[in-house]
Amino acid sequence: MNLNRRQALALSAGAVAFATTGFTALPANAAAEETAKRITEFAGGKEPGTGKITLTAPEIAENGNTVPISVKVESAMSGDDMVESVLILADGNPNPDVATFNFTAMSGVAEATTRMRLAKTQTVYAVAKMADGSTFVDKKEVKVTIGGCGG
Amino acid sequence: MKKISLAVAAVATMVSSSVVSAYADPVDDKLVIDGQEMITRAPAPEGHPFKEVLSGWLFREPETRELEADSFQNSGMLYVERGQEIWNTVEGSKGKSCASCHNDAAESMKGISAHYPKWDADAKRPINIELQIDKCRTQNMGAEAYKFDAPEQKALTTFIKYQSLGAPVKLDLKQGEMQSWWDRGKKEYYTRTGQLNLACASCHEASMGKHIRADHLSQGQANGFPTYRLKQADMVSLHNRLRGCIRDTRAEMPKPFSDELMALEVYVTWRGTGLSVETPAVRQ
Amino acid sequence: MAAKPKPRVKVPKTAKAGETIVIKTLISHKMESGQRKDKEGKIIPRKIINKFTCEFNGEPVFSCDMDPAISANPYFEFRAKVPESGMFKFSWVDDDGSVYTDEQKIEVS
Repeated sequence: MNLNRRQALALSAGAVAFATTGFTALPANAAAEETAKRITEFAGGKEPGTGKITLTAPEIAENGNTVPISVKVESAMSGDDMVESVLILADGNPNPDVATFNFTAMSGVAEATTRMRLAKTQTVYAVAKMADGSTFVDKKEVKVTIGGCGG
Repeated sequence: MKKISLAVAAVATMVSSSVVSAYADPVDDKLVIDGQEMITRAPAPEGHPFKEVLSGWLFREPETRELEADSFQNSGMLYVERGQEIWNTVEGSKGKSCASCHNDAAESMKGISAHYPKWDADAKRPINIELQIDKCRTQNMGAEAYKFDAPEQKALTTFIKYQSLGAPVKLDLKQGEMQSWWDRGKKEYYTRTGQLNLACASCHEASMGKHIRADHLSQGQANGFPTYRLKQADMVSLHNRLRGCIRDTRAEMPKPFSDELMALEVYVTWRGTGLSVETPAVRQ
Repeated sequence: MAAKPKPRVKVPKTAKAGETIVIKTLISHKMESGQRKDKEGKIIPRKIINKFTCEFNGEPVFSCDMDPAISANPYFEFRAKVPESGMFKFSWVDDDGSVYTDEQKIEVS
């Protein structure tokens, strides 16, 4: 296939037009640092523990615009054993913030599902904060695939 | 420049030669929507290149399949509800809504869409649901035809097709000149076009089941349109998708509802004979 | 969709006292991220639903603060413990200040 300069330029313009339909991502390090900072802030300066919280996300997302994610935290949802909130972050988006789920005793079970946007392959974090101030984290890497011919 | 032309050439090579990555079977799974089982595999009609026609649903990842299987989670249902409002809304100089003539769509439109495109004796060409709506609007309601892909056109088309959910696709090629439009559509399907020199058949027949980059190539069936696409997070009409495919071969795009695309719709729809109408399907 | 955002909510009609039920909600909304550009290259301003809340008989059950990374047509699935018969109230708050609401009754035996 031979392309002259003009055709090649037209194609690269096309590629840019496709790119603008999604996010323009920050350099990987900046987003990852920002994510780490958010987690520490949310955890009150401490390192969150592991266990108790489970983040479910597809290993491979068919399209980064709509990725289902679920969180579940083991808790009696009464007294001290109570989940107050779960912070969701994504370390490869232009802004790591995704959502915060807020639970109450009326929730019964600390479990929630939503759908999120992922600009590219990256790690999604879920951090749970309990009534006693303790925090727990889980993370999943989600591979975001690129479709066939941009279709 | 070299990099770009190489990248383009790479895509073309992937499809036109045997470099496409390994074949992956469509899944063995059942699609049940609100208790009704969809026909996602059907014996192919006579003259079809495949033995079995397969719904695109079988080629999708589990998360995407689940979105379609749960009619609540399926965001396409928002457009079905919007379409129902439009169905009941009076528009145009004659003071009519769709419901003024057709009453309850659940009764009057049941199974109807499974037999479109059909021959229109007035227009002397096949028409699809979008064109049938426009015909009603201009002739019976005194309203204007919708602009292509207007949100109302997509919502109303989705609502009307949804009334045929589960009904097997079956065209009547004996009507009018349907057969010659089918012939034309078939010719288009196998004609290579664009800078990438691809025909519909290059991806959806010769490479069906293989991967093009990360996409699992399906048979390119039309039974789920308008389809809720995760990429756009919106309903995508069949002619939008056909134009998108043609654009991706880097060819000139035919106009929506042009003879070229109507012929292709007749032929592509026939290739899905026996599959359930899945509107609003959910795809990547 | 150009039309006003319309919520869809799925709550069981009945439950046993103290039972934990599943609630699903969906609303039509573009969730314009503020990251996209139009054809002229200008940034399309952010316009999202930034808060979702669910209450039962006036008591908070579940809420979510949303950022632009939530997909178009936001979907939520969560649980609720129902002690008595009553009314669920759902609300979605838009960046432009609009509030979209829905209510669902549940009979507890």
